[in-house]
Amino acid sequence: MNTQTSVLLLIALAVPAYADDIAMDDQSQILTGAGEPASSRYFQPPHESELPDNAYGKLVQEGRAIFVDTKNRAPEYVGNGLACANCHLEQGRKANSAPLWAAYTMYPAYRKKNNKVNSYAERLQGCFQFSMNGKAPEADGPVIAALTAYSYWLATGAPTGQELPGRAYPEVPKPEGGYDLVKGEQVYAAQCAVCHGPNGEGQKSGDDYVFPPLWGADSFNWGAGMHRINTAAAFIKENMPLGKGGTLSDENAWHVAAFMNSHERPQDPRLIDGSVEKTRDKYHANDGVNLYGEIVNGTMLGKGL
Amino acid sequence: MNIARWPLTGVLLAAFLPAHAADSMVVYTKGGANPAAMACITCHGAEGEGMAAAGFPRLAGLSAGYMRKQLADFASGARANPIMQPIAAALSAEEAEAVTAMLADKPGPEVERIGRTAAVEGPGETLALRGAWERNIPECVACHGPSGVGVGDAFPPLAGQSAQYLAAQLSAWRQGTRKNDPNDLMGHIARSLTDDEVKAVSAYFAGLTDQGAAR
Repeated sequence: MNTQTSVLLLIALAVPAYADDIAMDDQSQILTGAGEPASSRYFQPPHESELPDNAYGKLVQEGRAIFVDTKNRAPEYVGNGLACANCHLEQGRKANSAPLWAAYTMYPAYRKKNNKVNSYAERLQGCFQFSMNGKAPEADGPVIAALTAYSYWLATGAPTGQELPGRAYPEVPKPEGGYDLVKGEQVYAAQCAVCHGPNGEGQKSGDDYVFPPLWGADSFNWGAGMHRINTAAAFIKENMPLGKGGTLSDENAWHVAAFMNSHERPQDPRLIDGSVEKTRDKYHANDGVNLYGEIVNGTMLGKGL
Repeated sequence: MNIARWPLTGVLLAAFLPAHAADSMVVYTKGGANPAAMACITCHGAEGEGMAAAGFPRLAGLSAGYMRKQLADFASGARANPIMQPIAAALSAEEAEAVTAMLADKPGPEVERIGRTAAVEGPGETLALRGAWERNIPECVACHGPSGVGVGDAFPPLAGQSAQYLAAQLSAWRQGTRKNDPNDLMGHIARSLTDDEVKAVSAYFAGLTDQGAAR
């Protein structure tokens, strides 16, 4: 461990309230240091066995079931082959994997994405429109009720309105020389294709995806947060390969994230006047690092599927 | 004429001719052309169902690609096994191709599909459907599919295998005598499991039936 890291680690340990800010800047690995038991640093959601056997417990379990098997449990709102739990690991419990317990307590909140204050229900609706490439469940309907109950239960005892450590995917610094799609393709073939398939198509058992499709018609659309290379790099670094998070280098996480997001996927539902250029200018030009509307290998991305 | 459709004819032919044309049923029931390639049926059962008590695995319904890779890995030692090593080394490529294709065409076990939506009871089912993420252990079904029915060529079925076989494989990964998984995806998990967890999760998958999990 170098001196700079040691100092930052000490700061992070001594001043927990600032730890997340530091991680968001540039030292993401601090919050995920090897050998530290999770219980000592992150909020601990309740155990499933503690759920009461009553109407509330049943609603929470229904929310959990929707979360892990979204396509079958909320089919009218899902337009692809994904489940919430594909991006929120351990059923939305895992720190640094966008856990529900850290999200629930932060709403209502202003979001640049739609330029208004969003309720938690509206935040969930956004996931369905973009990440699930579907349509928003009714705010007062059973899907939102169940997912809200599940989130609320996971956040039992968490402070309201305080950003908790482990909320996001810890940011990964962009490689100094930028990302490299060719290197990304090599990382993909060596580390990812065994599960997600040689063409990012995922793998099924029967009718159900076991390994989610990463691009193409059954994946998230161009409006999903995961289409940002920086977001995908952070997710991948922390969580992939499944069970071996943290094993890819920062550079390779960026390369392979860029490779994944340099493929065509369903259109951004906010498409303006049928124009990729206008949509890029309004929604993508200042949205992290992304390839929507950019030309890659001679083809403009963002035309949708 | 497709010889594979006429197993009895194949057996009769093989009695008189050296089996260079790799008839799958001959390989399975009589062995390969090289006498060291003993008949599969001896240990894996008449229909490839395995022999649970002895820990010999089921082969019926496994993916052909998975079985071909295992044969190659037995031969090379990446999957160390004193019984299978000489057999796999003695099988010709054509024989391995034929017999794995024949076995893959057989039906897999009939089990109720249980995924992560199900409630869990006991340590085996908890590991299978929830994982142990504080040790970076994913849900078994996250890769092996609902009820561990297997996914593609790389993630073999767990349902339909005996507890003896499953526990022996987990132990082999822990000891490093089996190290033929892609990118150590299984090895790192096996090494994080306790003895009790190995027993419990092996018993869980072995106990799955068309009526669900054994209680």
